[in-house]
Amino acid sequence: MPVITAIDLVYDYGARRAVDGVSLALERGELVALIGPNGAGKTTLLSMLAGVLAPTTGAAVTHGRVGWVPQIGAVYSRLSVAENLRFFARLEAVPDAEAAVAAMIEQMELGERRAEPVGRLSGGNRQRVNVGIGLLGAPAALLLDEPTAALDPLQRERLWGFIHRFVATGTAVLFSTHDMEEAGQRPDRVLEMVDGRLV
Amino acid sequence: MRSRGRVLGWVMIKDLAILRRSPLLVGILVLYPVALALIIGLALGAPTPRARVAVYTGVPAGHGRVQLGGTAIDIGAYTRELSGSITPVRVPSVAAATADVRNGVTEAAIIVPADIVAQVESLVRNGVGTPTVRLILDNANPIERDLVSAQIQTRIDQVQAAIAKALLATALTDLHTVVAGGQLSFAGANVDLLGLSRARRIVAGAIPQLSRTALGGRLGPPLRRVVSFADIAIEGLSFASPVLGQLQNPLTVARTSLTAVRTPTAAYAVAIAVTVSELFLAMLLAASLLALERSEQVYARLVRGPAGPVLLLVAKLLLAAAAAAAVTFVMSAVVSVFVPLSWGRVELWVLVLLVAGLAFAALGVALGAVAREVAAASLLAILVGLPVAFLALIPPSAISTGLGNAVAVISFLFPFKAALGATAAALTGGGSGLALTLVHLLGLALAFGGLARVALRRFAAAA
Repeated sequence: MPVITAIDLVYDYGARRAVDGVSLALERGELVALIGPNGAGKTTLLSMLAGVLAPTTGAAVTHGRVGWVPQIGAVYSRLSVAENLRFFARLEAVPDAEAAVAAMIEQMELGERRAEPVGRLSGGNRQRVNVGIGLLGAPAALLLDEPTAALDPLQRERLWGFIHRFVATGTAVLFSTHDMEEAGQRPDRVLEMVDGRLV
Repeated sequence: MRSRGRVLGWVMIKDLAILRRSPLLVGILVLYPVALALIIGLALGAPTPRARVAVYTGVPAGHGRVQLGGTAIDIGAYTRELSGSITPVRVPSVAAATADVRNGVTEAAIIVPADIVAQVESLVRNGVGTPTVRLILDNANPIERDLVSAQIQTRIDQVQAAIAKALLATALTDLHTVVAGGQLSFAGANVDLLGLSRARRIVAGAIPQLSRTALGGRLGPPLRRVVSFADIAIEGLSFASPVLGQLQNPLTVARTSLTAVRTPTAAYAVAIAVTVSELFLAMLLAASLLALERSEQVYARLVRGPAGPVLLLVAKLLLAAAAAAAVTFVMSAVVSVFVPLSWGRVELWVLVLLVAGLAFAALGVALGAVAREVAAASLLAILVGLPVAFLALIPPSAISTGLGNAVAVISFLFPFKAALGATAAALTGGGSGLALTLVHLLGLALAFGGLARVALRRFAAAA
C-alpha cells in the first residue's frame, strides 16, 4: 500500500493555477526525485502532500506519519539543537521524546553541538537539524523541498548520506530539486513537473 | 482536550525559552513602558488649555455695588472676573449650569448667587455673612476635574485679593478721615468729621480757659463737638475692624461633584501608567512572538501538526497577557508604597489586568499576523498603540464635538479606554459598570483574535 497517494490535485493562487491535476503514489523505501524549473509548482505540490496547504480540488491520502522538511530551515535560531528537536518531538507526541531526541542527535552527528543555538550553526548543520525534525517519530514518508539548495558540495554529500540511511530503513522519500545533478542521487524514480503538471 | 492543553503548554514553554535567550528584548519591553509612564507623568504637569465652564450669575447687571463709607465696590464686576481663566459658557439658570456639567458640555460650572452682594455688605459692615460662590465639577475624569478646579481656584484667589485690596483702601481712607478730619459719607448723609488731630487742637486750646472758668458758657460748644466726634469715631472704628478682619478671604467657594465616587488624581495617574505599560507589553510581546514563527519560517511546520493556528494564537495571547499582567501587577504593588491604592480589592486588580492584557494581546496578535518579521510587528504595535492610548486620553472638552465623537468611536473600538476605566476602578475602589467594561474588553479580545485568525489564513495561502 502506498504511504502517500495524490489524486488529481489542483491548487489555485487566485486566478493562477499552480498545480494542475497531479496524481502520484509513493511506496515505502522509495526515493523519488521531483524535478522542474523554478515556479513549476513543486513546493505547492509538496505542501499539499504535507498537509500545509488544502488543495483547491483533489485529495492527498497518507498512511502513517509524514515528515516534512521545508526549503528554508524551519527552526528556532535562538534555541539549541536539542531544544528544537525536543520541542517538535513533544508537539508531535513522539513516544519517549527524550530518547528520540538523543537518537536523532547521534544519527545527525551533532552530539558536540547539541547545546549550541541553531543560529550559530553552519548552513549544512542547520539543514541537518531541519531534516532531523522532519524525521522525528520515524515517519513512513519524508517530503524534502530543495533540501540541499544552499549547501556546498561537501555538505550536500554528508546530508545525502544521512537521508540514504533512512531510505534504507524503509522510509519513503520524495524530494524536489531544480538541479539535475542532485536528481542523480540514485533515485528510484524521477518525476518532472512543468507548469503545474507532471510530464 | 488534555492533549490540546499539553500542546499549548509546550508552545508557551518554548516561547519563554526564546524570551530568556533575548535579555535585550525583554529589557526593552520592560523599560519602554516605564519610560512612557514617565513621559505621561511629565505631560500631566504641562499647562492645559482653558476649560469650558458654565457660568451663571444671579446678580443683575448694575446691582452689584456695595457702598462702604464714601466708596462703592462693584462686587458683580469682580465675580464676573472669575471667568477670566476659563472659556465661559453663559447659562440662564443654575439648573442649566448643572445640566451642562452632567451632559459633558462643560467641565465645570460657576454659580454666583443673587444674595452675594448683600452677603458682602453684611460681612464688611457687621462682620457677619458668608459670600459664597458655588463650583460644580465633573467627576468623570479626575485629572481634568482637578485641573479645572485648580484653574478656577487660582482665579478666585486673584478676585479675593482684588476685593480685599478695595476693602482695605476704603478702610484706610475712613481711618485717615477719622484721624485728620474731613467729609465722610455715613448712614446716607455727608458728615463733616472733625478728626482726632483737630479735636486735639481744640481741647488743647480749651485747657488754659478751663483753669480759669470751669464749666463756663464759652466752653460748651467745643466740648460738645469733641463728644460728638468721639461717638462717630467709635462707630467708624467698629465697622473698620471687622472689615480688616475679613480681608484675607472675603469669598467662600462651595464645591460639588456630580458623581458620588471621587477618584484621587494620583491614583488615576497610576492607572494611566499601568494601562499604558500593559498595552505596550502585551501588544509587543504578542505581536513579536507570533511574527517570530513566520520570520523563523516555522509557522507552516507548526500549524500542520497538533498546534493548529487557533491553538497557536491562544498560546501567544495567554503568554503575552499573563506576562503583561504580572509586570503591571508588580508595578502597581510598588507604586502603592507611594500612592494609596485599594489593596482590599487585589483580586479585582488581577482580574482587570488579566482581561485587559487579553484584549491588548489580541490586538497584538492581529498585528503580528499581518507582519512577517519581528521588527515589523513591533513597529506596527508601537504605531498603533501610541495613537490608541493618546486618543483615549484627550479630554473631550479640548476638541470639537465632531472630532470628539470620532475619538469616542475609536476609543470604543480599541481596548485602551475601557482598560483604563477598569484599572482605575479596580485600583481606587470605584467600579460602577465594571462588569460591563470587562465584557467589552473580552468582546474586543474575541474580535481582534478573530481578525488575527483571518489574517493568518490569508497569509498562509499566500506563502
